Amino acid sequence: MDLTAGPTQFFWSKDRWLKFYTSLADTPVARVVLGELVCSKRLPFYQEHISEAIDTLQNAGKEVALTSLALVTLKRERKLTADLVDMGLPVEVNDLSTLPHLPKGTPFWVGPLVNVYNEGTLAWLASLGATRVCLPPELPLESVEVLSKTAADLGVAVEVWGHGRLPLAISGRCYHARLHGRTKDNCQFACEDDPDGLEVKTLEGQPFMTMNGVQTLSDTHAAAVYQTDTLARAGVSALRLSPQSQGFPAICAAYHSLLQGGTTAATTAAELQSLTPDARFSDGFLQGACGADWSAGQPVPVE
Amino acid sequence: MPQSPAMIPRFPQVATYPLRVLPFAPLSAILTAFSRKIAQKHPGMFRRLGEHDHTRFVLDPTDLPFVICLEPNGGNPRVTVTRGRRDGAARIAGPLAALLGLVHGAYDGDALFFSRDLVIEGDTAAALALRNAVDDAELDFAQELSDLSGPLAQSMQRVLALIERRTGVNLSRPEEADLW
Amino acid sequence: MVMEIVCPAGTPAALRAAVKAGAHTVYCGFADETNARNFPGLNFDRAEMREGVAFAHQHGAKVLVAINTFPRAGHEAIWHRAVADAENCDADAVILADAGLLAHTARHHPGLRRHLSVQAAAANADVINYYAETFGVKRVVLPRVLSVPEIAAINAETEVETEVFVFGGLCVMAEGRCSLSSYATGKSPNMNGVCSPASHVEYHEENGVLDARLGGYIIHRVNKGEAAPYPTLCKGCFSAGEKTGHLFEDPVSLNAEKLIPQLQKAGVTALKIEGRQRSRSYVAQVVRNFRAAVDALDAGRPLPEGMLARLSEGQAMTTGAYKKTWR
Repeated sequence: MDLTAGPTQFFWSKDRWLKFYTSLADTPVARVVLGELVCSKRLPFYQEHISEAIDTLQNAGKEVALTSLALVTLKRERKLTADLVDMGLPVEVNDLSTLPHLPKGTPFWVGPLVNVYNEGTLAWLASLGATRVCLPPELPLESVEVLSKTAADLGVAVEVWGHGRLPLAISGRCYHARLHGRTKDNCQFACEDDPDGLEVKTLEGQPFMTMNGVQTLSDTHAAAVYQTDTLARAGVSALRLSPQSQGFPAICAAYHSLLQGGTTAATTAAELQSLTPDARFSDGFLQGACGADWSAGQPVPVE
Repeated sequence: MPQSPAMIPRFPQVATYPLRVLPFAPLSAILTAFSRKIAQKHPGMFRRLGEHDHTRFVLDPTDLPFVICLEPNGGNPRVTVTRGRRDGAARIAGPLAALLGLVHGAYDGDALFFSRDLVIEGDTAAALALRNAVDDAELDFAQELSDLSGPLAQSMQRVLALIERRTGVNLSRPEEADLW
Repeated sequence: MVMEIVCPAGTPAALRAAVKAGAHTVYCGFADETNARNFPGLNFDRAEMREGVAFAHQHGAKVLVAINTFPRAGHEAIWHRAVADAENCDADAVILADAGLLAHTARHHPGLRRHLSVQAAAANADVINYYAETFGVKRVVLPRVLSVPEIAAINAETEVETEVFVFGGLCVMAEGRCSLSSYATGKSPNMNGVCSPASHVEYHEENGVLDARLGGYIIHRVNKGEAAPYPTLCKGCFSAGEKTGHLFEDPVSLNAEKLIPQLQKAGVTALKIEGRQRSRSYVAQVVRNFRAAVDALDAGRPLPEGMLARLSEGQAMTTGAYKKTWR
């Protein structure tokens, strides 16, 4: 198994954005997906830097793909989606609206926000040209195992959500704007103040979710450290690591070392905790009673 | 027509006094027999309970000094009437008229719940299954009681209709047209 | 053309009530994980479905069978059987969300009409037309993220019939793309056909204060006399930054009755009522009111006023995304 860095789900300034993607050149990730996934209004702020980031990453030997938006409704967004393929890179489809814009036979990737729950859907996407599919984070190990087997027969590479806050929902409504008493059209980019999203707590003060504009994420950072052996045996070819503002290159290195057999899962978990002391972790979607569950219990002891 | 929960009649306090001293054993026996008759006639209702068909339900008419414990027993139900609290997996509490109105399709369970005329505690899924199963069965207690009254059926119907009119409590299934 | 009223039925009794109340079309599902209202005590076994369809057909109404969850890997046969059984029960169409299941149905049941479920969240004309070309989809249920002008724009660009929600529960998230419920409870709309399932709900009332929890997380706390919303995650009360409140959506339900004329002008074919989990009395009343409204519209009469307020007892109403400011 190797590593894929996903597109950042958060709204970062163009400097932060460029610095982040440039820094990935020196990490052990095999490939990088970039571009705007969550909100089309964010794109113009860093669009000018995309080519530079692609060049840097490609020169460092990384495979690079461009993501589509997760939810395409407006005319402008449809145009944006249609234009993706012109960049000459593989497109990662995160909304099926992208499919009609891909010339017949163009190979493409499928991202974690497309509902690939079963063999039928996987086979259909493969028949259209899908070569790489990152499965929805919600899937349990049993499904991952079945789908990896199907994918192998179809010649499709399978990725599984490895690390980072889980994308739980996407909406037409912007919650950051709503929080500030604004509408989406007049959001004044309220989400920019929260480079890893805004913590949403219950009435008892329990951290629960993370607000990110039109997207809702988990509070916990998914961490598939305890499942890597099972995933590798099942034939999963890559772990998807989702960008965060702090410590991301070190997180990539920690997973790389785990995949190379250099460390144990427990040591990696402890390392992740020390890299992000405030983070809570989960792996319950893969292997638990609910998504928020964590194999190691909370919190992970620092060794 | 479906009444606003604000209009749910409450059992008059003074009428509850005898209920505080009367023995409940005969009432339990009658209700058990009654519920078994209904079970024979509506086997689908117990099928619909699915995994909850052995759950012990506590129905608590909050305007009366007793609770009704219903054990479906997979289609061979038992009803026990007792004073004070009873333990059960799921408790459904509300004025008697609300509970009867639910059975007869005069009220919507969700609406009663939103307005807090109905309180659910314990196994919410079981309570939901019971509500849905009862809603589908299209029960009519007045009709069932009359059927059990043999030659007295007509008098029984007249008595029940009178009580219904006087109290506003649904003892029978409203006519489709009445719903509007 | 009179706009088609599409009504929910969680039980055979509700189906009969809806048909008698004037529903043009009823939608329902099998009692298993193949449909998105897989609630305790609800839905139809095969015999009930066959009888329900026959009853509806005798009264000139249609029945759509919702098979709108995403088949579980390794167990697709359950969903394939549901489609075959819907056809055998003489259903007028199936409502599907999963691309793989659409492909299967188009191939193996070409004569069975296919509707695209709201769970597919097809939110623009490009993808709707793509579903039509690829799988022969004849109707799409539009996701509840679109405004009326956007719906009109979609209809201008597609031949596919559109069906929109006008009354009942409201998803604030794009449907079929939300795993909040499985994050907190392990049960998801996509995989299990349940959202914020009753099996994970706990109510606790003390001194008039009612706590509602889901999967252990507190979702609502209401005082004596306040309405008690069901603990649906996206309508819960939370805090973020300095604010505490309903950060995602208030505990409201959708009522677009006043927008019916605009929806008709926008080219909408059918109006959908949510609520397969509601009682037969609720279904009948909502259906009768909406039927009266579309009949009035068709006859050029004004719409009956404020007809449905009492049905969402304890819940406020919203027109949702149909008005752009909702976003």
